Amino acid sequence: REDIDQSDSSLYRGSLVTDSSFRERISIRVPPLYRGSLVTDSSFRERISIRVTPLLFGGSLRISCELVRGYRSEGSLRISGSLRISEDLCFIRMAGNAWRSMLSQVVGGAARPLTAAFSRRGMQTVTMIPGDGIGPEISNAVMKIFEAAKAPIQWEERNVTAIQGPGGRWMIPPDCKESMDQSKIGLKGPLKTPIAAGHPSMNLLLRKTFDLYANVRPCVSIEGYKTPYTDVNLVTIRENTEGEYSGIEHLIVEGVVQSIKLITEDASRRIAEYAFEYARNNQRSSVTAVHKANIMRMSDGLFLRKCREVAENYKDIKFTEMYLDTVCLNMVQDPTQFDVLVMPNLYGDILSDLCAGLIGGLGVTPSGNIGANGVAIFESVHGTAPDIAGLDMANPTALILSAVMMLRHMGLHDIGNNIQNACFDTIRDKKVLTKDLGGNSKCSEFTDDICRRIQDM
Amino acid sequence: MAAPSAVLSMSKIFNPFWGGRLGNTVKVFGTTLTSHRNRSSRNGDNIPPPAKYGGRHTVTLIPGDGIGPDLLNHVREVFRFSCVPVDFEVVHVNSADESEDDINNAIMAIRRNGVALKGNIETIHTMAPSVKSRNNLLRTNLDLYANVMHCQSLPAVQTRHKNIDIMIIRENTEGEYSSLEHESVSGVVECLKIITRTNSLRIADYAFKLAREKGRSRVTAVHKANIMKLGDGLFLQCCREVASGYPDITFDSMIVDNTTMQLVSKPQQFDVMVMPNLYGNVVSNVCAGLVGGPGLVPGANYGLNYAVFETATRNTGKSIAGKNIANPTAMLLAGCMMLDHLKLYDYATMIRNAILSTMNETRLHTADIGGQGTTSEVVQSIMRNIQSKGPLISER
Repeated sequence: REDIDQSDSSLYRGSLVTDSSFRERISIRVPPLYRGSLVTDSSFRERISIRVTPLLFGGSLRISCELVRGYRSEGSLRISGSLRISEDLCFIRMAGNAWRSMLSQVVGGAARPLTAAFSRRGMQTVTMIPGDGIGPEISNAVMKIFEAAKAPIQWEERNVTAIQGPGGRWMIPPDCKESMDQSKIGLKGPLKTPIAAGHPSMNLLLRKTFDLYANVRPCVSIEGYKTPYTDVNLVTIRENTEGEYSGIEHLIVEGVVQSIKLITEDASRRIAEYAFEYARNNQRSSVTAVHKANIMRMSDGLFLRKCREVAENYKDIKFTEMYLDTVCLNMVQDPTQFDVLVMPNLYGDILSDLCAGLIGGLGVTPSGNIGANGVAIFESVHGTAPDIAGLDMANPTALILSAVMMLRHMGLHDIGNNIQNACFDTIRDKKVLTKDLGGNSKCSEFTDDICRRIQDM
Repeated sequence: MAAPSAVLSMSKIFNPFWGGRLGNTVKVFGTTLTSHRNRSSRNGDNIPPPAKYGGRHTVTLIPGDGIGPDLLNHVREVFRFSCVPVDFEVVHVNSADESEDDINNAIMAIRRNGVALKGNIETIHTMAPSVKSRNNLLRTNLDLYANVMHCQSLPAVQTRHKNIDIMIIRENTEGEYSSLEHESVSGVVECLKIITRTNSLRIADYAFKLAREKGRSRVTAVHKANIMKLGDGLFLQCCREVASGYPDITFDSMIVDNTTMQLVSKPQQFDVMVMPNLYGNVVSNVCAGLVGGPGLVPGANYGLNYAVFETATRNTGKSIAGKNIANPTAMLLAGCMMLDHLKLYDYATMIRNAILSTMNETRLHTADIGGQGTTSEVVQSIMRNIQSKGPLISER
């Protein structure tokens, strides 16, 4: 079944077999307008027309898929390899995974009824937590951009400081909690963790208060920001509540410390379900569970078993499992082979930061925390940068991309795409970049450029 | 130093007849003592020398699974071709067997010979959790507390980062790999991570000694003490204590997630890194990936009395087993590290130079580093290189 996509840069000859749920065959003929036919399951037949733009290298392959019932969707993929045309067949050399995921995006987008495009709500309230340091500046940037994009979002600003409730327990201020309970969606800037304050970190408090069990970090290479790794497009989903970070440590005898790693069935099942749901909702083709079950047999074995069980219910998504060391090894050599990664807490911490490093660091990485009861808090994961606070030098990219994640979570994909494209175009242009991206413009100039692009769209 | 002469006189006391003939062995062992650890000779501690009878060393060979047997056969071929005075005692370990007899035999053989060269033994994790990882059993029973890996950029291998030269020293016996797990309530599994002061001091000491020996200037401890305050906090404290005894070497520490981020953007900033077991796994695999893949880097596990050599990333390579496309470099370089450990420096240098000239001058690469060669072609090329360098003037 998986005979072609074993080798990544396979020579694509026109027959693609993905998983058991659908089978495509595309035969492509010269010249310019390529027509193909797609046979999925017995219920419908689609026609795919493929048009290739004249540029042979770096050209784009436009695929439009029209279903019998009249739904259309289009996708386009930039070819980074070569396109050779000979008599009967068109050879497209590109990564098997990229092709598969793009195709499933196109077909999936067409097969889904277009209800998501209609915004059911009017103005949606979102709790905004500006944070410390550069937090207020970048939050203002995001609010300005949202205004320019005419997003139906109403902001409620709240501040988060630890207060001691009755019984001595540390908690977040009640007005913030109320606001979040009502709006269910939050956007958070960087919070500073004072070292000897006696209270746990604010991030930990927020996590515990709203039971934020999944940390999602999509890592996509930014075109204008050069790193040694290009074409990274993966998502790390990390279990956020238990695992090695349960905080249970004991001093057994003098000189011997034990730390307990906790893995429970419920948490593992919950995170696996979220991972597959995310993969399905975002048209991702495969989920990989990362583990070390050869050493930690029972704990990671339990995590793995739960992932396998949940995978049974999501047959349209390919499920694989891989050892942590193999993932690390392959990630630094070829990150394009990974799609969605799901893992327990510690591995997730390390791997998500590794992936952030691949695309350029924490200053450009978005992140979202999903909790039970539909609560979601999106945040930027970099620090508060107190040395540049208030100087209009901050880079708001991370918070902007997190806000885009938030829009997608709420179903406002168009606005999200607009903002994301504007942001990427600004970075690609390289004219108004902030200092950490290699330019010397101000944060407000960067923001204004993005606003201008959105208004021009 | 006092140590070799002390051991020499001890050998004369214990073996008056063989005092002369054992002389060489003791000298070999004596310098091994000083190079790897500064230890005052303990009275009554009968440390066996590595087995050397009739001028030939005996080394335990554990083929393992996947590509292990093939690669080790190639190592034997190259050693036989170069007339290396090493005999291999092959011990097979069946990974599908639930009883621990096989691995106990292997451990006994290594205790006898002192040195081993091994492939990775697969751990089938669908078996019951009581069947522990064989590799782990070997490391803990022989107390091979230090795993040393040297990652260097090779000029002929295309990688995204250049000029990497990192030594990674990883604690090999405790930490997350203690295999202590229990299910207290149904559906809740607890796994214990143990950090002890003695082991942390031991590995930090080893790291600093090695740094000094190799002329390195900086040691970085990798940890996660902001979250695991007691466990990694203890590790960090031990490293700091040992660092204070080496004022010529700079010591700093870095949190593991920041470390991985720095490794993929600026790996040239790292020199020597020391860390507990699990972070060592992650960091060593990241570094191996940065210099070109699992087929290029050899690794060594050192204990007080024993040394076991293998590839650094310990891959079984089941998917490429038997296809003649595996990269023999890592295993051959591990063999050379073993020859260095046995003091057969000339042979080690000869084989190492042959490997490096095949890689850099002839540029015959296997598929994992972007070439077209098969394993046997590469090995043949290495042997041709050895032959062309002329006969070795042996020491006796």
